[in-house]
Amino acid sequence: MTSLIDLIVPTQPWAMVGASHKTTKASYFVLSYLLARDFQVYPVNPKGGEILGQKVYPSLAAIPQALYGIIIFRASDAAGQVVEEALALSPPPKLIWMQFGVRHDRAAARARAAGLTVVMDRCLKQEWARHTGELGYVGLNSGLIRARRPA
Amino acid sequence: MTKNTSSPGFATQCLHAGTPPEAQTGARQTPIFQTTSYVFKNQEHAAKLFGLKELGFIYSRLTNPTISALEERLAALEGGAGATATASGHAAQLMVFSALLQPDCEIIAAKRLYGGTINQLSTTFPRCYGWRTIFVDDRDPANIAAAITDKTRAIFIESIANPGGGVTDIAAIAAIAKKAGVPLIVDNTMATPYLCRPIEFGADIVIHSTTKFISGNGTSTGGVVIDSGKFDWAGEGDRYPALAKPDAGYHGLEFHQTFGEMAMTFHGHAVGLRDLGVNQQPFNAFLTLLGLETLGLRMDRHVQNAQAVAEHLAKHPAVRAVDYAGLPTAPDHDLAKKYTPKGPGAVFTFRLKGGYDAGVSFVDRVQLLSHVANIGDSRSLVIHPASTTHSQLAPEDREASGAGAEVVRLSVGLEDIADIIADIDQALT
Repeated sequence: MTSLIDLIVPTQPWAMVGASHKTTKASYFVLSYLLARDFQVYPVNPKGGEILGQKVYPSLAAIPQALYGIIIFRASDAAGQVVEEALALSPPPKLIWMQFGVRHDRAAARARAAGLTVVMDRCLKQEWARHTGELGYVGLNSGLIRARRPA
Repeated sequence: MTKNTSSPGFATQCLHAGTPPEAQTGARQTPIFQTTSYVFKNQEHAAKLFGLKELGFIYSRLTNPTISALEERLAALEGGAGATATASGHAAQLMVFSALLQPDCEIIAAKRLYGGTINQLSTTFPRCYGWRTIFVDDRDPANIAAAITDKTRAIFIESIANPGGGVTDIAAIAAIAKKAGVPLIVDNTMATPYLCRPIEFGADIVIHSTTKFISGNGTSTGGVVIDSGKFDWAGEGDRYPALAKPDAGYHGLEFHQTFGEMAMTFHGHAVGLRDLGVNQQPFNAFLTLLGLETLGLRMDRHVQNAQAVAEHLAKHPAVRAVDYAGLPTAPDHDLAKKYTPKGPGAVFTFRLKGGYDAGVSFVDRVQLLSHVANIGDSRSLVIHPASTTHSQLAPEDREASGAGAEVVRLSVGLEDIADIIADIDQALT
């Protein structure tokens, strides 16, 4: 089985559906973190405007580039519609990533049947921070054992 | 970067979890970061750290790299999502209950608890914070179910009770807690994760006094709150506002929604340590990390020596009874086999035929055993609880918590077993 960290490729284009302009929302935390690590992320929100200096797109279809991963920050019951929109893209993305608390098993099955990889109920930022060792800064269990110096 | 294909074993985690080589220098042993504060890269970095948008170090009341290393290692050993270290075991209790309770809320706690915990729960907590504790005899878990009300916010037990050494039916109580939508908090100080891992039996939160077996060297007070990450803080209506409702101290941040299974640990640092100020010290964390390196080796010898002392005392003419769950005659021997198959710890009590005076005489005559108010040192320790640790309790409460007048508590150490038994024998004659 591929580990989660292998799925997280910073240099590939990502879209974040449900990116919020509110600075206390989890999506804002995650977008801020990913941008600071040079991830390429297109925020998607029908309200438009800008978040953290990034142009916000009204829909996945409006993004002018083929996407690698779709990060979903929506209620679980809305995730199905997002997956449909992702599958309608040409070409479709490689990965659907549903954040903490987001689960839609039927949509996940449809995406997998179409050859996509699906992650549900996990936080992209925290999986990346597990990989970098940052999780341990606040006493979180990274699950990693390392006896080699970072290169 | 190494990825684990399978979960490493306990001894490997004792040595390595949370402590990769230090990135800057390659130092193999974890350095003591004896610093209060950390230079920000720039203003934007500082603002992100304060807003919890970046993980990093601000001030050692909140986080410190040596303490973080200890936290991650303890979280790994208990199988938790994360951990928050505190100044002592009592500080860990203050911190966990302040995250879970509002004024006029209730804790259901076992009657068989360490006397100092009973004091904290029954006097200071209600007076200062309006938190009431209902003490029940947890040997029948139905007593816990019967005490649950709509004000109950936590159920609190010890995996192995101090001082009596009784083993608690964690899984039965966890099932009751789960049904009631209330987290089960287990003090695992007496067992350590080497002998018992409460999260595997359904506990939601594990706390420790790391002062004891975890450190093992008797140098440092410390405590820890380890969260399993499994409790749904937002799923119980308005019961847990600190974790599931917007936090006024963080511009409306909702910890559960933002941090998921890591909410309790983020909250422990960002709110608990920030506002209660009960942080551990880096040097203590360093010494505790050193102790943890040998936890499994030490606990094997502790339980081996404890079993031998218990069997010896059970045959001694001056001894009326030995309360050690490792003895086949103990009422909780079956629970010990289930929850602590390697041995039910090294702290237990025995009762002397000569009553209160015989207990006092014993502690005054020992030469190798140290007469101290502590447990879990590598050295053998002894105390007469009725005249010391449990003296503030009413006689009937002393009896209920396993610290009656004729009771002597032993914490069996790592000395040669023949020397421990010889000292006990000379003190009993």
